[in-house]
Amino acid sequence: MCLPAAFLALFFAYPLAAILARGLGDGLPWDVLGSRSTLGVLWFTAWQAAVSTAATVLLGLPLAWAIARLDFPGRSLVRALVLVPFVLPTVVVAAAFLALLPDGAERGLVAILAAHVFFNLAVVVRIVGSFWGRLDSGLWDAAATLGASPVQRLRRVTLPLLAPALAAAGTLVFLFCFTSFGVILLLGGPTYATLETEIYRSAARLFDLRAAAALSLLQLAAVGSLLALAALVERRLGGAVPLAGERDVVRRPRGRERLGLAAALTGAAVGLGLPLAALVERSLATPDGYGLGFYRALGEETAVLLVAPWHAVVNSVLYALAATAVALVVGGLAAAAIARRRAAWLDALVMLPLGASAVMLGFGFVIAFDEPPLDVRGSPWLVPVAQALVAAPFVVRIVAPALRSIDERLHEAAAVLGASPARIRRELDLPLVLRALGVAAGFAFAISLGEFGATVFVARSDWPTVPVAIFRFLGRPGALNAGQAAALAVVLMVLTAAAVLAADRIAVRRGAL
Amino acid sequence: MRAIVIGLLIAAVAGCGGEQAAPRQVVLVTHDSFAVSKPVLRAFERTSGFTLRILQTGDAGAALNRALLTAGTPEGDVFFGVDNNLLSRALGEDLFEPYESPALDRIDPQYVLDDEHRVTPVDHGEVCVNVDRAAFATEPAPTSFEQLALPRHRGRLVVENPATSTPGLAFLLATIAHFGEDGWQSYWRALRENDVLVVDGWEEAYTQRFSGAGGSNGDRPIVVSYASSPPAEVIFAGKALEEAPTAVIASTCFRQVELAGVLRGARNPEGARALLDFMLGERFQRDVPASMFVFPVREGTPLPPAFERFAVVPERPLELPPAEIGENRDRWIGEWTDVVLR
Amino acid sequence: MLRADELRVSFDGAEALAGVDIAVAEGDRLAVLGPSGSGKSTLLRALAGLEPLRAGRITVDGVDVTTLPAHRRGVGLMLQEGALFPHLDVAGNVGFGLRVAGLVRSEREEGVAEALALVGLEGMDRRSVATLSGGERQRVALARALAPRPRVLLLDEPLGSLDGPLRERLLDELCELFDRLRLTLVHVTHDVGEAFAIGDRIAVMREGRIVQESTPDELWARPVDAWVARFLGLVNLRENGTLVRPEAVRLTPGEGATVVSARRRGATVRLRVRLDDGEELETVAATLEHPAPGERVAVEVDPAGIVRLGADPG
Repeated sequence: MCLPAAFLALFFAYPLAAILARGLGDGLPWDVLGSRSTLGVLWFTAWQAAVSTAATVLLGLPLAWAIARLDFPGRSLVRALVLVPFVLPTVVVAAAFLALLPDGAERGLVAILAAHVFFNLAVVVRIVGSFWGRLDSGLWDAAATLGASPVQRLRRVTLPLLAPALAAAGTLVFLFCFTSFGVILLLGGPTYATLETEIYRSAARLFDLRAAAALSLLQLAAVGSLLALAALVERRLGGAVPLAGERDVVRRPRGRERLGLAAALTGAAVGLGLPLAALVERSLATPDGYGLGFYRALGEETAVLLVAPWHAVVNSVLYALAATAVALVVGGLAAAAIARRRAAWLDALVMLPLGASAVMLGFGFVIAFDEPPLDVRGSPWLVPVAQALVAAPFVVRIVAPALRSIDERLHEAAAVLGASPARIRRELDLPLVLRALGVAAGFAFAISLGEFGATVFVARSDWPTVPVAIFRFLGRPGALNAGQAAALAVVLMVLTAAAVLAADRIAVRRGAL
Repeated sequence: MRAIVIGLLIAAVAGCGGEQAAPRQVVLVTHDSFAVSKPVLRAFERTSGFTLRILQTGDAGAALNRALLTAGTPEGDVFFGVDNNLLSRALGEDLFEPYESPALDRIDPQYVLDDEHRVTPVDHGEVCVNVDRAAFATEPAPTSFEQLALPRHRGRLVVENPATSTPGLAFLLATIAHFGEDGWQSYWRALRENDVLVVDGWEEAYTQRFSGAGGSNGDRPIVVSYASSPPAEVIFAGKALEEAPTAVIASTCFRQVELAGVLRGARNPEGARALLDFMLGERFQRDVPASMFVFPVREGTPLPPAFERFAVVPERPLELPPAEIGENRDRWIGEWTDVVLR
Repeated sequence: MLRADELRVSFDGAEALAGVDIAVAEGDRLAVLGPSGSGKSTLLRALAGLEPLRAGRITVDGVDVTTLPAHRRGVGLMLQEGALFPHLDVAGNVGFGLRVAGLVRSEREEGVAEALALVGLEGMDRRSVATLSGGERQRVALARALAPRPRVLLLDEPLGSLDGPLRERLLDELCELFDRLRLTLVHVTHDVGEAFAIGDRIAVMREGRIVQESTPDELWARPVDAWVARFLGLVNLRENGTLVRPEAVRLTPGEGATVVSARRRGATVRLRVRLDDGEELETVAATLEHPAPGERVAVEVDPAGIVRLGADPG
């Protein structure tokens, strides 16, 4: 419990407190908090997050059903591909998205919602899907023979049963949309502002630290209450549903299920596949027709980066490996503490970095660590540390339930046999959670690969990661730069898909996130 | 796997070690658009004996703000990237130490903006309205501010928000310089009537909304960008082009001078001064156009062929005195926001 | 009442039901007996409308329901592990069928109370299903299946997850209840005792086919082949295609055979003897005293206890 708490205190709480203290030197800025424009931003932030969440859940359910309960060719591939958008940096997808959406006055808002669904569908599909897959199919058989029509079964059996998973997934999606940054900035334009983009605008562009700190406090408070509420709901809903365990309940679709499957897969192909395909198309569309020119250019020196672009791929993989290690240690130890129900506050603390503005944290880093012995600014270690802050919540979310599911009797049996607590943990818990750790590792790796908001603040220019390199390419005019950005994005996509597929293989019937 | 992790550890330790024993290292803090070709970078290291580390900390605005945040305990030795429009903010926060480089004698004096030499000019790049030539194949392209407000160009212009973007601010200042304190607001009202699109940053305006950018799917044929954007389109086209796909409206250009200075509290002020001297020297100045798509400030520096052929260097770009900008910038941005966005 | 002709179901090309016919008259109880994988559960699911047919026809009261979906067949189903809805309490579970049928609250409450009374769980309405014991769970599942008054009740191993005395007790209760309600039902089980206790008729399934269908007495008296006989637990199968019932073998002091083993099972003792010609026979003794292993005995067989099997189709 001490190590993760110390890690978060040092690399999250301390820098954030430092920048907030700097901004709020003159006391709480009630004028900013109470102003009409702040209330307007808060309202829009909450409103768009709610609509995005509803749309994501609604569109994610059919796919969650298909993946959870049906056996079809390419099922594991679809499972993995669904996750790819989730870890792609927004800069990459925004361009592809703008190209695909029809013109219109409401383009900004439609684009925001569509992109939020695109990015977060994986959360619903994986969380709800894994839960759904472990429910006893006899429940639906019983309901049908009791006279419940398909619609009644959905309303009276499926949805109430899925409630805990829906709540968990909904909370996460809401959190991501509430703190959405790149999507709002790139697709919304100046007319749409969320707390996160306003914080960025105030801090990085208007240099109004006071307003930025005030808005950060507001956002932290909102996210904190959201997490508290979610924990409450989870406690009320959780535990009511006995799961079928590791039995695989999938079977071939039949009758109308085939239609449903076709619809779900078509929806996924259009909603997820099309933007990704547009990206691939872009990376191949050289000025001289389709070819691998942009990919070949990745091996050559460019004026845009200090190194040849392929270095960024190597850097990304190395950083992500280190970040995965850090996230596994921090998240794993935190999960152990949380699973023993001794540290609910730690649970919230681990999640909180997801709700903190990356720019404020970045600024916090540069003012908090500006004097020896803490002057670590410019150290390459900051990159995996920052990425681990983002990945650790996912590790906790995956490992803690696995630890909880370990039967207490196993501990007692082992204790009776004379094993020390440390030994119990090593010889009993570890093998049991190894599989969950495997899944978490894949996830943490993929998230670290795609992390942009925090990385860009701490990555050294001579050690860029792939998302940072993509961002730099997109910042330059010319077809070659846009094409190399797309090519790098495709490389990132493939790396991510591979990591997720590998994690899935470890967890074939595990049904974790 | 294990080998990779160990390799990373060694690299990290080596990196940290270099940090502590670094009297011979100069750190350049700059924005994301900074670029330099490798041979030039090596040349500096060879001639000065310092190693150069480059720290890019966000777009021009963010990088400056981050530097201001750490004024006194800076992250590096030299800051490059403050422009004439934001200069007053940097000087007000006492970010720099004065240094008068001997190389200044070869610099065109019109770019030297601070008499105390707290900042030194490194390059200039004019912000101009760019047009997509393909979109104006069958009709004349606009040639002045006034024409942009004509009904036939309705829904064609995309500009950056001056509150959040340096070219956006430059374009606002250009309209103020052109129409005067009394006229610019009604001009912007007319642009708003004419469905001008405002986005937050240059990246979105140029690479996503502007139809003339290579690889873009944008649908707006007129954009606020730089005088050097047409040659950039040629150089990064990925194939040989006979002419640039975009053009500049020369009468709309506003001067932007980028400046550098020695950071107050720098660990290696000696190295910082050497780096400033080098940045004003011929080698670096020759590299500036092709790397950063701006123009050198050193007199007699030759331009690369693509710039000679495709770049427009406006004879008399629009200008406002830095002091006037410093005094009025925040008020103008506020008024602009009321006129255009509210 | 319930009739199925030539039902065929296949999974990925393998036939799970290879042409099954059944007929259950009003108020009759058919027990379907078979080992796991014999297709008996598939048969039940097909009757309930949960398994699509490749061929065949199902009628209820003379009405063809082959193409009707499960929720419109009016057929009740009770599953092995109860499949209770974990998000509803006992009353919510039992009243589920009434609720989806659109009954108003008062009617629902009445129906729930009635059904709970039938299974002896009066007053348990508000209990959470997570707190129920195994036996209580099965009773709630039964009450739930009965509440909408199905025309036919299908039971899939309803006692499969219970063990020992509880199972025996519940079995007795079920029989009594079924007698009282005169329900038409199809009861699937792999347990011979259960099938004999419940069924008016017993259908034995093997590899997707019904290999024998008869009354319990007939089945016991004349298993159609060696496989059925073995499945019923009948031992002492002879080379010549006859079978000697254990209860027809009597041991007396004397010569001719040696006792191999003797194991007491409550009231009876199972004895195994080897005849001098090498053949082994099993027998039961209901006495307190019995020969010990190694003892020499004489073997007598009551001719009425010799059964001639039908031709083994395998």
